[in-house]
Amino acid sequence: MKKYLKLAAYAALLLLLPFATGLALGKTWVRILDFALLYVMLALGLNIVVGFAGLLDLGYVAFFAVGAYCYALLASPHFGLHLPFWMILPIGAFAAGIFGMLLGAPTLRLRGDYLAIVTLGFGEIIRIFLNNLDTPYNITGGPQGVDLIDPIRLGPFSLNQPPGHAVYSYYFLFLLFALATAFVSMRLQHSRIGRAWAAIREDEIAAEAMGIDTRNVKLLAFAMGASFGGLSGGLFAGFEGFVSPESFTLTESIMILSMVVLGGMGHIRGVIFGALLLSILPEALRYVGPLEQSLFGKIVVDPSSLRMLLFGLSLILVMLLRPAGLWPSPARKRELLAHGDTAKHENTGVYDAGR
Amino acid sequence: MDIFLQQLINGIVLGSIYSLVALGYTLVYGIMGLINFAHGDIVMVGAMVTLTVARLLSDSGLPGPLVLGIGMLAAIPACMAVGYLIERIAYRPLRNAPRLAPLITAIGVSILLQNLAMMIWGREYLSFPQILPTQTMAVGGASISAIQILIVASSTIMMAGLSSLIRKTRLGNAMRATAQNPEVATLMGVNINAIVSITFVLGSALAAVAGMMVSAYYGIAHYDMGFILGLKAFTAAVLGGIGNIEGAMLGGLLLGIIESMGAGYLGTLTGGVMGSNYQDVFAFFVLILVLIFRPSGLLGERVGERP
Repeated sequence: MKKYLKLAAYAALLLLLPFATGLALGKTWVRILDFALLYVMLALGLNIVVGFAGLLDLGYVAFFAVGAYCYALLASPHFGLHLPFWMILPIGAFAAGIFGMLLGAPTLRLRGDYLAIVTLGFGEIIRIFLNNLDTPYNITGGPQGVDLIDPIRLGPFSLNQPPGHAVYSYYFLFLLFALATAFVSMRLQHSRIGRAWAAIREDEIAAEAMGIDTRNVKLLAFAMGASFGGLSGGLFAGFEGFVSPESFTLTESIMILSMVVLGGMGHIRGVIFGALLLSILPEALRYVGPLEQSLFGKIVVDPSSLRMLLFGLSLILVMLLRPAGLWPSPARKRELLAHGDTAKHENTGVYDAGR
Repeated sequence: MDIFLQQLINGIVLGSIYSLVALGYTLVYGIMGLINFAHGDIVMVGAMVTLTVARLLSDSGLPGPLVLGIGMLAAIPACMAVGYLIERIAYRPLRNAPRLAPLITAIGVSILLQNLAMMIWGREYLSFPQILPTQTMAVGGASISAIQILIVASSTIMMAGLSSLIRKTRLGNAMRATAQNPEVATLMGVNINAIVSITFVLGSALAAVAGMMVSAYYGIAHYDMGFILGLKAFTAAVLGGIGNIEGAMLGGLLLGIIESMGAGYLGTLTGGVMGSNYQDVFAFFVLILVLIFRPSGLLGERVGERP
């Protein structure tokens, strides 16, 4: 009984949150909430790759971009296509998954470091392509991007209705998807595949000896994380009505990674917490500019670079001081804090656990 | 033919810079099995320091090469200090941590360096003062400038110096021992911590010189210039066989030549569909191809997940 009451309280909170926020702080903050939910989805997707399987993906935003451009190209006047969103979202997720496979296949049989640097490169390369594929045929719209993208429509009902209140309808759509993503993540974590991922993360050779096809299972994690990114990308494009290469920079990848690392890699609640924290907290930094103005009479430190500086610092400090994140899962905490024999035994190299 | 020769020269110049940066990756990797993501940003610090010094001295009437030399003398210790601090603060405490941990701090350090540089030097592209003679020499239809000769000559000298340092000195011996087996090296009286620090500092010094070259050659410096440059140099290191000193030199030269040939001919080959704006993509495809067909690189030993 108590459990249901608690659940009902959470549900009521989530349902009323946008209206309360809208009344108290204005619609800008409801929009921030929408984005926070989008980031929750992205962070949970990246968590499958980084947290569950222990593969470092530094270009996660590329998959987000693939999903967003899929939606943009299939539901806008750009090509004159107007497919419904329930068709495009799976297409976007699938396309992102394919990209993930293409990228993962050559690198996943090698050391994890290669994957990190290849994904880092891929994140940049995809932006170069998005920027330049407007000649000779205009595919991506180049630096201008694609605009006038159709809003997400449920039957005859467009989520942009009633006019000016789109942020509320999208809140509920995103909430639904974020909850679904969290649910899928939870089920995945304790499934056979999820346990295989954990085994690979902890000791790849032992996992292989237990009969796990490490390469394919890693590839699956990578492709699955990528398709979550693609899905969120589609939602993003429908919400914004406009996509351009500017939205898909390395900064975004780092931000999503910071959410996962800060919250607690592999711990779903921690990751959700990290995503909410890092998507809402930096908004407070917008007050730093005026504050500096009033204190020193000029802008001493650019707030946007301050934000990135804090992300960089948080990555370092969390790894040094709380490697399991701010809200670690009980099991992971034990593993990461395992000093002494186990850790020594696994690390014969100076840095590299893999020697 | 003229285009070919010209692109070959440009490629060799570019390649010498890549080689110097790639050496930094390979040195650190060879000894610790760690990719120092922040290495490209150390190059950026070198470029920025050189540029600042050159700007200060550009009106002093000192000859150009001397100004450049002073800039380099300022950049090398600055980069060495940055490299030393990075190793001490971000990597050393994580030696026995899971492998993901140092990778994540490395990317954190890279972000931190970029944004600190942005705070110090601003987000604009900074132009390098024109202090070197610009006249060129004609060689068989192609032209070579003074700075190009300077770059190739000094990187050759530095690489030769590094090679003999590693092959012939006691320090080099200790470095190679650490690379092979750190525990046994400790038993033989090698101070691993010192060797790791020295490796980082050496790599950073090379990065400082590379930064000086890049900013003087392209006449420009920017806070995030280290990112793409680092990516390419890493590709060069992998192409040659990461952890292998000669491999990094070879890989750098090859990548430089591939890239400038590609930039020179891509437009004509594809009928103008793809231009030199795709130049940055080459390194990436080279990296993917190497990883598919010869992950150990041209001169490297087998690199598996656990060799």
